[in-house]
Amino acid sequence: MNIVVSIKQVPNTTEVKINKETNTLVREGVQSIINPFDTYAIEEGVRLKERFGGKVTVITMGPPQAEAALKESIELGADEGILISDRAFAGSDTLSTSYVLSKAIAKIGEFDLVITGKQTMDGDTGQVGPGIAERLGVPFVAYVSKVEEIKNGTMRAARMIDEGHERVEAPLPCVMSVAKEINVPRIPSLRGKMKAKSAKIPVWSARDIGAEESRVGVAGSPTWVAQIFSPKRERKSEMLDGTSQDKVARLCEKLGEMKVI
Amino acid sequence: MIKETARQITEERIKPQRAELDEKEQFPWEIIKEIAKADLFRVFIPEEYEGLGGGSLDLVLAVEELSRGCCGVSICYAAVALGTIPFMRFGTEEQKKKYLPQIASGQELAAFGLTESSAGSDAGAMKSRAVLEGDSYTINGTKQFISNGGEAEIYSVIALTNPAKGSRGASAFIVERDTPGFTFGKKEKKMGIRCSATCELVFHNCRVPKGNLIGKEGTGFIVTLKTLDESRPGVAAQGVGVAQGALEEAVAYARQRVQFGQPISSFQAIQHMLADMATEIEAARCLVYAVARTIDSGAANFTEDGAMAKLFASDMAMRVTPNAVQVLGGVGYTRDYPVEKMMRDAKIIQIYEGTNQILRNDIISHVYKRKGMRP
Repeated sequence: MNIVVSIKQVPNTTEVKINKETNTLVREGVQSIINPFDTYAIEEGVRLKERFGGKVTVITMGPPQAEAALKESIELGADEGILISDRAFAGSDTLSTSYVLSKAIAKIGEFDLVITGKQTMDGDTGQVGPGIAERLGVPFVAYVSKVEEIKNGTMRAARMIDEGHERVEAPLPCVMSVAKEINVPRIPSLRGKMKAKSAKIPVWSARDIGAEESRVGVAGSPTWVAQIFSPKRERKSEMLDGTSQDKVARLCEKLGEMKVI
Repeated sequence: MIKETARQITEERIKPQRAELDEKEQFPWEIIKEIAKADLFRVFIPEEYEGLGGGSLDLVLAVEELSRGCCGVSICYAAVALGTIPFMRFGTEEQKKKYLPQIASGQELAAFGLTESSAGSDAGAMKSRAVLEGDSYTINGTKQFISNGGEAEIYSVIALTNPAKGSRGASAFIVERDTPGFTFGKKEKKMGIRCSATCELVFHNCRVPKGNLIGKEGTGFIVTLKTLDESRPGVAAQGVGVAQGALEEAVAYARQRVQFGQPISSFQAIQHMLADMATEIEAARCLVYAVARTIDSGAANFTEDGAMAKLFASDMAMRVTPNAVQVLGGVGYTRDYPVEKMMRDAKIIQIYEGTNQILRNDIISHVYKRKGMRP
């Protein structure tokens, strides 16, 4: 099985700072890590390789320092990593990012399965996975919590939905995003660490993957961020007086007014 | 790199589970599998047999870090090294090729079977017999207190092939788990290291192929002594690790426990206790690392050094862990905090792989020997 895992390097903090002038995330001085949701994607790729044989290639689109995320993926059991990096990609939104990644996957060649995390920790959109599937013209299965079987070119999997689990079948090749319930990512192995140290990470530019200039970076990104801000939290509290009976009656009345009950 | 990997296993896998594993006396299979996946079993195996070709210091670092979390887990790991050393050092090429890659990958665990109910420190008093009949040995006897017993697949077992010669008539054998006539007896209920398996090995007309003899007939006792010499720094590292873990808990607690309006870490009585603990741990660590480096340098004899390291580190652990309980006070005595377990775990280190009393005998006989004296 040829498995491609698409990951992103993100700042290691849940309290990201925002540059007020450019409305983009401040990345300076913040340690970068593999997007936590993507670690489940890498682990599932490696587990499927262990079950069915094959190869796991991890790709990421990002600046040169994103190489570290790919080396870490090799520590975690991936066979190789490819960095898709070009100044032209700067400012890409999810539309152009998924275009770039789909072009890179097409360049890798034949694949059976593309795995992504369910969303990134910084952007939180969850749009890139389905975007890749759309551009590759293959099915997309979201929030997979268990890959039950892969047989005769078909994958049977359980996916998380609000009401519980849904069992779906999809023909290969396909793209899936995984939920964190799917596995517990392993601790990097010593052999993996040694392999990662000496691993060469190829860098593919826009030209290498044959991406059209008008469809990448700012030019290819119709999304316009008007403003980023932390929402104000408004809390009002009201203490009710009186006997317990009065208080309960008044509480019911209030909840009724608010249409909660 | 080894230390970092072992530390990650300790922090992410061992610490969250150790109390439950201890309470339930449950073998830590999940953690052992994680240790295997992280390649830690490869550390002490030569590269040509799928290992990483590491030395004694590498093993010591791994055991120390795992012991910081739980000595019960670390003994499961260290006992594999103990059970492997006999055929890794004295085995045939065929034996190494067959068994070492399995151990390196962690697919199979190993164990060492020496002790019997009547033969502890006095290994020469053992009763297990192995008789050559055609192309196989028939083993009869019972081994006691065997770490990884019942869980391991590969056992290095010592039995007498020539009882008339006493310890010089002992031989070492590889016995596979599923060999007919080989069963497991009583599983011990222990004071500490409760998640580890300590079990009887029962041999009743157990036939083992001739090719499973380790070394030559009659070398079993030498194999044993050399094996224990080599594994002893690992046991010493358990003492350093468990004491380090206890110190960390004591420091963390002292900083947040407030009495008389201030954290108890600000009281000199506590500070001096913690300082003494830290100093003693560092002293033991230096000694253990020094022995490991001596072994890695290719020294021929390190019995005395290893004995000193194990003696000092384990006695140190039995001073430091009770003091950690003392710093935590009442809560330290409860099972809600990990230090009482560390104290229970530390006790065994003074006992197994040569009691500290027997080790003192070894040390003094070497001291006298250097002076050309007899005890």
